[in-house]
Amino acid sequence: MFGEPIPRREDPRLLTGQGRYLDDLGRGALAAAFVRSPHAHARIEGIDVDAALDVDGLVAIYTHEDLPPGVGDPLPLLIPHPALTHGRTARPLARDVVRHVGEPVAMVVARDRYLAEDAAERIRVDYEVLPAVVGIENAAAAERLVHEDVPGNVGAHLVQEVGDAPAAVAAAPHRLEFRLDIERSASMPLEGRGVYARWDPDEGSLRVYSSTQTSTGVRMALAARLGLPKTKVEVIAPDVGGGFGVKVVHPWPEEVLVPWAARLLGREVKWTEDRREHFVGAAHERGQVQRVRVGFDDAGRILGLDVTILHDHGAYTPYGIIVPIVTSTQLPGPYKPGAYRVEFTSLYTNTVIVTPYRGAGRPQGVFCMERTMDKIAAHLGLDRAEVRAANFIRPEEFPYDQGLTFQDGRPLIYDSGDYPRMLEMIKELIGWDGFAEEREAARREGRRIGIGLGCYVEGTGVGPYEGGHVEIDSTGRVHVATGLTSQGQGHQTVFAQIAAAELGVPIEDVTVATGDTRRFGYAVGTFASRAAVMSGNAIALACRRVRDKALRIAGEALEADPRDLEITDGVVHVRGDPTAAIPLRTVAVLANPLRYAFDEEARRATQFAVGGSPDEPPVPAGEEPGLEGRDYYSPVRSTFASGMHAAVVETDPETAEIRILRYAVVHDCGRMINPRIVEGQIHGGVAQGVGGALYERMVYDESGQLLNASFMDFLMPYATEVPRIRTGHLETPSPLNPLGIKGAGEAGVIPVSAVIASAVEDAEGIRIDAMPLSPDGLFRLRRRAAVDPALRVERLPA
Amino acid sequence: MSGEPVFEITMTVNGVRRGARAPARRLLSDFLRHDLGLTGTHVGCEHGVCGCCTVLMDGDPVRSCLTLAITAAGHEITTVEGLAPGDGEPSPVQRAFQECHGLQCGFCTPGFLCTVTALLRDNPRPTDEEVLEGISGNLCRCTGYQNIVASVHRAAELIAESGDGS
Ligand code: FES
Ligand code: FES
Repeated sequence: MFGEPIPRREDPRLLTGQGRYLDDLGRGALAAAFVRSPHAHARIEGIDVDAALDVDGLVAIYTHEDLPPGVGDPLPLLIPHPALTHGRTARPLARDVVRHVGEPVAMVVARDRYLAEDAAERIRVDYEVLPAVVGIENAAAAERLVHEDVPGNVGAHLVQEVGDAPAAVAAAPHRLEFRLDIERSASMPLEGRGVYARWDPDEGSLRVYSSTQTSTGVRMALAARLGLPKTKVEVIAPDVGGGFGVKVVHPWPEEVLVPWAARLLGREVKWTEDRREHFVGAAHERGQVQRVRVGFDDAGRILGLDVTILHDHGAYTPYGIIVPIVTSTQLPGPYKPGAYRVEFTSLYTNTVIVTPYRGAGRPQGVFCMERTMDKIAAHLGLDRAEVRAANFIRPEEFPYDQGLTFQDGRPLIYDSGDYPRMLEMIKELIGWDGFAEEREAARREGRRIGIGLGCYVEGTGVGPYEGGHVEIDSTGRVHVATGLTSQGQGHQTVFAQIAAAELGVPIEDVTVATGDTRRFGYAVGTFASRAAVMSGNAIALACRRVRDKALRIAGEALEADPRDLEITDGVVHVRGDPTAAIPLRTVAVLANPLRYAFDEEARRATQFAVGGSPDEPPVPAGEEPGLEGRDYYSPVRSTFASGMHAAVVETDPETAEIRILRYAVVHDCGRMINPRIVEGQIHGGVAQGVGGALYERMVYDESGQLLNASFMDFLMPYATEVPRIRTGHLETPSPLNPLGIKGAGEAGVIPVSAVIASAVEDAEGIRIDAMPLSPDGLFRLRRRAAVDPALRVERLPA
Repeated sequence: MSGEPVFEITMTVNGVRRGARAPARRLLSDFLRHDLGLTGTHVGCEHGVCGCCTVLMDGDPVRSCLTLAITAAGHEITTVEGLAPGDGEPSPVQRAFQECHGLQCGFCTPGFLCTVTALLRDNPRPTDEEVLEGISGNLCRCTGYQNIVASVHRAAELIAESGDGS
């Protein structure tokens, strides 16, 4: 069962329109709509709601002044890293100043969304427009400030050092220095955010549904904001139509305001984000400028690497500075960079906030490292794969300590991997050796093709913990619950596979609940490729407890030593003796001594039926009734998945169009629970990577208007843009957890920009230092390279 | 501002005559989802690009977010809820999507299913190119499309096997 590519158990529901996404709930609930700032930076002079008051169906309008303390206060700074010296967060509704287009200024509640928007449209807000800070370099120049009390627009500054990199670079036989640019993109799940809240006045309790990646996080935040005991707040993530990082941020302004209004009004209230709101009111990622200095020897081995990063974190920092921390610590990848120094400055701009999007800073770090590898190869006239191999951590060097501090505050120690083997696999899969002839043959036909390679290591499965609860009921059904949420990862399938394998029951008997605080209250969330590692192991551990208990009880009933028992197909039996057997459903009955018999099965558990010593309590000390168990998995540190991608691209000599002809992925996420689902995760990640490499960018003008805030203008790949992906798997089990698994969620996206840049550079013989790369971008590069030899790259051996 | 005029809007949805009172500006997507309670049709952009809201109107795919409910009055609408033949079995297209792991979060899926159902009716054995072309108006942010393309081919096979195209 574990390791088999079984079809997903969530699919029959989702394929027949029976999914329950946020906006499918709460038919008849009041609808909320928001008045958002049209300016990137402005002072609110006044808000006039008069014209909105006679809109039919209007229920309420709220501005900052209406919000009580707690509700109206600045939102929490979720990850208070010490380097974030000037963390600033927004208020749910702006008080004096708005700092990005899309910031909420007023909330309208009405009978339905049409009417709520009618009213929102009639609310007049007077603004004094202030100059906007847009673009990383303008932020760094700090001629204008985003927050008056944040000098230099600098929210955070962090240096990590291993050895003396500047000295190592200076002393190296070869040196290079260059700049790299990566633009903004965004998670862009097809379902936007949304919140639906119900207040029960009799019980004084709140139930909130949110399209979130962390229902337990939302619950804690709401309890704190609204002054409710945690036991009076339930938060449920229903079916979620994609997350990719953006939905881990919490509480969103809307997530505080909608439940607050539901309680105040004593009515159900729902808000469903529309697409434009998602562009300007949620979060983006990626934007960085990197300056690199590298020193290396004749074999291309890096002796010193010195990287300075300017990171644009937008107008506020609710999620802290995880992204640049991940960039700086994952940048070394599968290599030993000799001495390493990385310094980042995280800057405020008058743009939408920046929080993790699948990859969470890794695509930028990998872009930096892999561009560096290619430049070293070009400089020395070496094969790009050889240069990488010369820098690899060897299989016998694990566990390998990079000497840095990872995003979880723990040392960055890689657990396992086999990078040389992986390189062989990817070269084979893409046809690396012999590509030079292929390229020449194409050239003779007037075609330009090129090959590219990219390697990465991904810290997965960060703590602090996840838990699992497993209960076998008296019909033999197995109920598994874990607190983290699902957004399409197939948790109902993979967690059931784990439980079925651990317990020895048919998978048809297992159901899995996720993201529902009523079922499991302690959890962190689904992000950072952590769900399979964290909840997978927690569920396995909980199953082992239940299994032990089942064997103990069955041992008593069968008068056998529990060590001689095993469970097959839901039946406990003596190994080698199928006649001495008892079904788990009966064990479940026996596990719960009863006073009342409500059916035939229950009769067997009443005090008259159950034997046992009259001098012992029916539930022995240290035991609990019921065939159930709960356990947690809390790792000392992260696991480290790895992978290598390669691509062959063709560029049109005239139109500069870039086409991906072949794409290959080799991936190591430790033991795979379900290879089909792992493969799906990779495909989806690569597609997002292709978007980031060739199409997706957030185009802000100098006044801070997002010019392409629609699916018409923000170009996400359709089926026609994504290449066929060939995948190979390598499984080096993690020694850190019982199941030996790492994570797979983000892997596909991480090296794609690096790979495409490498391949286009190879096809064109022009330096590619900025992504994404559009046809017109490449066209302009060609023109510049025609007159500037510094932009040209010598043809590489492969 | 007094209430806007509402109209009795009636159409055949998944073979059943359904009606509700709604104003002239009600989108077909909202009408299906909120007035009729058929929430299987999803809304991803509300501006005609993502294809999540695709339903079949008189058998042809339309974007229900770009269609006013009132203009669909009197027409035959098929939504994802109506794709299965009704005997409890999934349609070949639905079956193929499960077999080939053609969905992850499932949000884009109803739009793909409707699009592909019409595509295979018009072209029962599409080439790779024709499949790409046929689904090139639907966005999916999860799957990378490779398994969706495989699902379409698989569905074509299943339909051919069943012999009657139903
Ligand atoms: S919701 Fe209709 S096309 Fe996107
Ligand atoms: S399956 Fe999630 S958008 Fe397609």
